[in-house]
Amino acid sequence: MHILALETSTEYCSVALWQDGATIEHCKLVGQKHSELLMEMLDNLLREANVTLSQLDGIAFGAGPGSFTGVRIACGVAQGLALGVNLPVAGVCTLQALAQASGYGKVITALDARMAEVYHAAYEKRQGEWVVASEPGLCLPQDAQQVDGTDWFGAGSGFAVHGAALGDRYAGQMTGSDAQAVPRAGAIAQLAAIMFAAGRGVDAAQAMPLYLRDRVALKTSER
Amino acid sequence: MKLILGIESSCDETGVALYHTERGLLAHALYTQIALHSEYGGVVPELASRDHIRRCLPLIRAVTKEANCTLQEVNAIAYTQGPGLSGALLVGASIACALAYALNIPAIGIHHLEGHLLSPLLSSPKPEFPFVALLVSGGHTQLMRVDGVGKYTLLGESLDDAAGEAFDKSAKLLGLNYPGGPELAKLAIRGQPGRFKLPRPMLHSGDLDFSFSGLKTAVLTLVRQHTLDDQRLDEQTRADIARATQEAIVDVLVHKSLAALKQTDLLQLVVAGGVGANRQLRAQLNQVADQRGFRVFYPDLEFCTDNGAMIAFAGALRLQQQEGKKDYLFNVKPRWDLQEMNATMQSTSFL
Repeated sequence: MHILALETSTEYCSVALWQDGATIEHCKLVGQKHSELLMEMLDNLLREANVTLSQLDGIAFGAGPGSFTGVRIACGVAQGLALGVNLPVAGVCTLQALAQASGYGKVITALDARMAEVYHAAYEKRQGEWVVASEPGLCLPQDAQQVDGTDWFGAGSGFAVHGAALGDRYAGQMTGSDAQAVPRAGAIAQLAAIMFAAGRGVDAAQAMPLYLRDRVALKTSER
Repeated sequence: MKLILGIESSCDETGVALYHTERGLLAHALYTQIALHSEYGGVVPELASRDHIRRCLPLIRAVTKEANCTLQEVNAIAYTQGPGLSGALLVGASIACALAYALNIPAIGIHHLEGHLLSPLLSSPKPEFPFVALLVSGGHTQLMRVDGVGKYTLLGESLDDAAGEAFDKSAKLLGLNYPGGPELAKLAIRGQPGRFKLPRPMLHSGDLDFSFSGLKTAVLTLVRQHTLDDQRLDEQTRADIARATQEAIVDVLVHKSLAALKQTDLLQLVVAGGVGANRQLRAQLNQVADQRGFRVFYPDLEFCTDNGAMIAFAGALRLQQQEGKKDYLFNVKPRWDLQEMNATMQSTSFL
């Protein structure tokens, strides 16, 4: 199985190719220039691996949460590619990608969501499979959903911005954290491989971002 | 013989079309977000982007089905690269460029206003170069001299609000729902002529520029003067103010268009953009055109507002200069001067 993955939800831009368990990933710090670099990075990756789009079995993208514009870039490109070569798409949660890449089996993930909030979820690996311990959500760090037990590892920018509040929230439950961790295409590809194998790929038109923050403006009646 | 897919997503309408260089427009589809934004009293950029990404692929499939063709038959994909809302533009751009890459065909970034000002060429009878174009929409008010595809000279433009914006903002002051422009025009029909007279800003400024921001202040003053004790406006007064507002805007647009024709010594005027659908504007322009001996061209009503057909069509013209160029970086240009197009464009043959 061959899977191409894209991740543009942070100031990093990454692409990855998953080929029967082996992952090649290219990642760059691009600021807000994803739209200028993504297609070229993707083209270079495929050329380097000597794989064409038509040889792929699916397209995966980091669906979010993350930068709204960023996740739409990955989603739009995934939609366009998949429509053109008639492939299924898997939108992968960026929080789970953080857990996947962490190297730990019990992971509390938190991404800075601005406005004093975090995108938050917790995952635990049981018999080699990720189980959601806390569903992806948007909350104040001090209100993040509780988890059971100890030996949790923290990952994501939420721990850089709200390290103290999250540290208090999970006092005694965490062994450490990686606040520099960002969601990357390699982890997206690995998680997508499981989704495609389970038949959970969707039609290109059904591939949608996962925003989590849905209140982005006030209605006239709410002002 | 080329088939071009066009995608427009610069503001609050998702438009997709297929244009064939010999058979003409094969299919077009539009999804308007008016209902989505009306609860917010105006376009919310983030919500616009979120909707574009839901609508784009279904519309692409709808037009290929309607035109009875497959994506593999498409020779190039044109998309609106700017100006417009950056997040909204990025949706169309990312889908267009990725799809073009997958199909191994060129992707062509189109200037939204070029799409508008060339849109009357999709109708019959159509104007011939050179002509003067009046671009009037919620985002733009410009007079352009058009000597050919990619040969544009700005003659004048609004220094503040666009004409469509003046319609919408005045409508809001009159308590009409967003987008109020067409509602205001409807209300104006019942208005009494001559009861109110609003200022015609810059009518005699001696140049071809516009200013509409003062108009809404004048409307606001009238509304305040006539607001009754129960905080409401009498129905007839609302209609009268609507009529005066429309007259002021239309008078300025007509006057400046005439001045532009005189200054350029041209006899064809093209009117494009959403406000180009306004009946009063069309009636007054047609009347003076008869008197002064020039011709006015409008796009078909469905192509006055944003649409994919004009983008596919402009893409067809542009493809003549860009044959074989496959550049998939999709940086959008939320602000983009149409005259910058001139450097990259030469005249085109098949028109």
